[in-house]
Amino acid sequence: MGQILLVGRLASRDLRRRPAQTLLLLLVITAAMATLTLGLVLHGVTSKPYQQTRKATAGPDVVASSVGFTRQSNQPSASAPARFAALADAPGVIAHSGPYPVAWPVLRANGITADVMAEGRDPATAPVDQPEVIQGTWVRGGGVVMERAFADALGVHVGDHVTLGGRRFPVIGIAVTAAIPVFSQVCFYGGCSGPPGKPLSFDTGLVWVTQATAHSLASPGNPLTYYLNLRLSDRAAAPAFAAEHQPPPGPGPSPLTAWQSLQDAAGTLVAQEQQVLMPASWLLALLALASVAVVAGGRMAEQEKRVGLLKAAGGTPPLAAAVLLAEHLVIAIVAAGAGLAGGWLAAPLLTSPGASLVGSPSVPPLSWPNILLVTAAAITVAGASTLVPALRAARISTVAALAGTARPPRRRQWLIKFSARLPVPLLLGLRLATRQPRRFLLSTASFTVTATTIVAVLIYHATINTDARLSGPFAGAPDPGNARVSEVLLVITIVMIILAAANAIFTTWATVLDARRFSAIVRAIGATPPQIFTGLVAAQLLPALIGAVLGIPAGEALYAAVQNGGRHGSPPAWWLLAMIAAILLTVTGLTAIPARLGGRVPVAEILQAEFA
Amino acid sequence: MNDTSEPVLRARGLCKVYGRDESLVRAVDGIDLDVAAGETLAVMGRSGCGKSTLLHLLGGLDRPSAGEIWLAGERLDQMGERALARLRRSAVGFVFQAFHLMDELTAAENIELPMLLNGRSPRAARRRAEDLLTQVGLTDRAAFLPAALSGGQRQRAAVARALANEPLIVLADEPTGNLDSAATLEMLRLFESLHAAGQTLVIVTHDARIAATADRLISMRDGAFADETRLAGGNTGRLADLAGLDG
Repeated sequence: MGQILLVGRLASRDLRRRPAQTLLLLLVITAAMATLTLGLVLHGVTSKPYQQTRKATAGPDVVASSVGFTRQSNQPSASAPARFAALADAPGVIAHSGPYPVAWPVLRANGITADVMAEGRDPATAPVDQPEVIQGTWVRGGGVVMERAFADALGVHVGDHVTLGGRRFPVIGIAVTAAIPVFSQVCFYGGCSGPPGKPLSFDTGLVWVTQATAHSLASPGNPLTYYLNLRLSDRAAAPAFAAEHQPPPGPGPSPLTAWQSLQDAAGTLVAQEQQVLMPASWLLALLALASVAVVAGGRMAEQEKRVGLLKAAGGTPPLAAAVLLAEHLVIAIVAAGAGLAGGWLAAPLLTSPGASLVGSPSVPPLSWPNILLVTAAAITVAGASTLVPALRAARISTVAALAGTARPPRRRQWLIKFSARLPVPLLLGLRLATRQPRRFLLSTASFTVTATTIVAVLIYHATINTDARLSGPFAGAPDPGNARVSEVLLVITIVMIILAAANAIFTTWATVLDARRFSAIVRAIGATPPQIFTGLVAAQLLPALIGAVLGIPAGEALYAAVQNGGRHGSPPAWWLLAMIAAILLTVTGLTAIPARLGGRVPVAEILQAEFA
Repeated sequence: MNDTSEPVLRARGLCKVYGRDESLVRAVDGIDLDVAAGETLAVMGRSGCGKSTLLHLLGGLDRPSAGEIWLAGERLDQMGERALARLRRSAVGFVFQAFHLMDELTAAENIELPMLLNGRSPRAARRRAEDLLTQVGLTDRAAFLPAALSGGQRQRAAVARALANEPLIVLADEPTGNLDSAATLEMLRLFESLHAAGQTLVIVTHDARIAATADRLISMRDGAFADETRLAGGNTGRLADLAGLDG
């Protein structure tokens, strides 16, 4: 018990001696853990809004559509009415609405052209799938009711006019439904139709018109399809019902969709965010790992004397190791708590189900497995990065620790020979950078992680741009999923850059601290302050440059992994060059301050302090 | 040594103070000094009397609080850091009590470093380093890291480094402070040869045997010169004998 108290007291005193460093470390690990928490809590957050929408709109249990999955089979089937009649009378069906005629015209509004699914409905209330009007009124002659997320994407409001199939219609209402997947996943289950030869649109919107209008929007080349909404006596059996009545694969009547699948589709927006957040959180954890390792390793020089004193005063090697470990474990546990709270509180900002559903987003309470996972991740980050320095601190001899000779810089014969041929600043920079190879590797890894994230984000934007270019006049309405993912990516990129900057500060601080004697000696034998300054900057730029360059293929690999090998665009070369330049400039700026401050201390003072 | 020659190093009213008010410490207090070309000057005094601070001021490693320092006709105390570094590089060689060699560089590489900083080619620097290693008797230790050298060998490597750019003056701060008798003898012989070659030397020491080998001996107390003794024209040729370290 006494030993534990002693370790606690020594660790807490050491932490209090360095409040700024402790706070920075806390922030770095907290940010990583908050992102991990966000990624974990996003599972199933939209179930509540979908259920609320389903209740408000008398949502169907199964939807049958006469559109095929593929473009080749998306023409209406001659047998659709007969099949729909049989479905409406099938055992287990207690109510139905439709089949409703659906036209597939082109809509123009606010300069945007988009494909739409125009469902013909009756003004009267339907027993199954009666869309909830949020604004304005339900369908009536000569007016269009627009699905809310689609209207938002187009910037259309009640009272505006849109062109549908070449004819002008007033927008008389805005509504939501639980029968069709949320925008921009409208075609995801039931499929989409349209005139032959027209490119398939990925972001078809949904509008409601009267049945008469729907019929008038169809043409022989772009005929009507039909949708039937069914209510079952046993809602939970909807997937089994859909499977039982599903036609054999191939051309023919369209598939049936159970409400559970529609609910899954409603989570698409959040799922996209989760797809981004999970790898990002692990990358942030890696960055935090590098930060803690650099800090723990960087403090070794000053820790050595402390370890020596501890041992000289009777402390055992495990005690010396335990103090160093305890310091970082305390930070990790506090950071895990803060990260869990922060991630959970921030989740509602990212879990809005989108305008296609009603109801407020629900964030599930933090589960014990999630709490344990985040805490374990934080402890692993701190433990893994501190273990090596802690064990080394425990192993070094007391005399060597007191004399400060336990960590001689590394020597690379070829590098020393090679650097002798370089200009003085590069000579100094290269020798400084490679004196501590572990720190050099950590620093390079940290910059690689940052560059990887930035490159993945750039590829994402390049892909969106490529999609937009390929779509040409059929670019359609902006995909709210893209906008949401862009927002998440922006937040992650900012967090990542802040963490990488903190990491660069830690590394610079450790390098400048470690280079004090080196700098003082070379100043004593005639190196000018600008040469030393440039050398220190070069020592930092080397891992930054390597990391930035490695980040390009790594970013492409990350994007391909997250997209499961899906297609992606390539960012223009100047984007990548600008990223490398930005990283190098940032590192130069971050190094300049400690390097200049270090250069102001008189050489004699440093050399005497080293000797003392 | 020629007493009438223009001094290589000159200081007037040199002061260095630390702290303020009641905690004010005058480490160097109004020192006037001239060091002639080829002269060996020894500065003695108890620990904390300001000897090392004086040496650091004379070599431009530290800034004086007041006074003037002239080295080779250039005024050090008014120079910017960059100019000061250039002057140190070409005109001053330092030898420290703690050696201050780069741990990761071999003896030869440590000696090459000031020459590389001075823009000499790696090949020329290597040739000069080899000459200097021969001069200090470390030819067979050229490829050794400082950790593998004895104290005396390290200090000889440090002296060779100090001589690398053929400086006008070598400033040695307690060069034998960390050495045993045998190594001290080696250093004495080395300084003897430098003296004979006409190298200007200022040696701060608390060792009377080293001081006895100089042309001139200055005693310091409380940051000021307390006494100055001109020895009999130096003892070139028999320094070790006179110092009682005949090996």
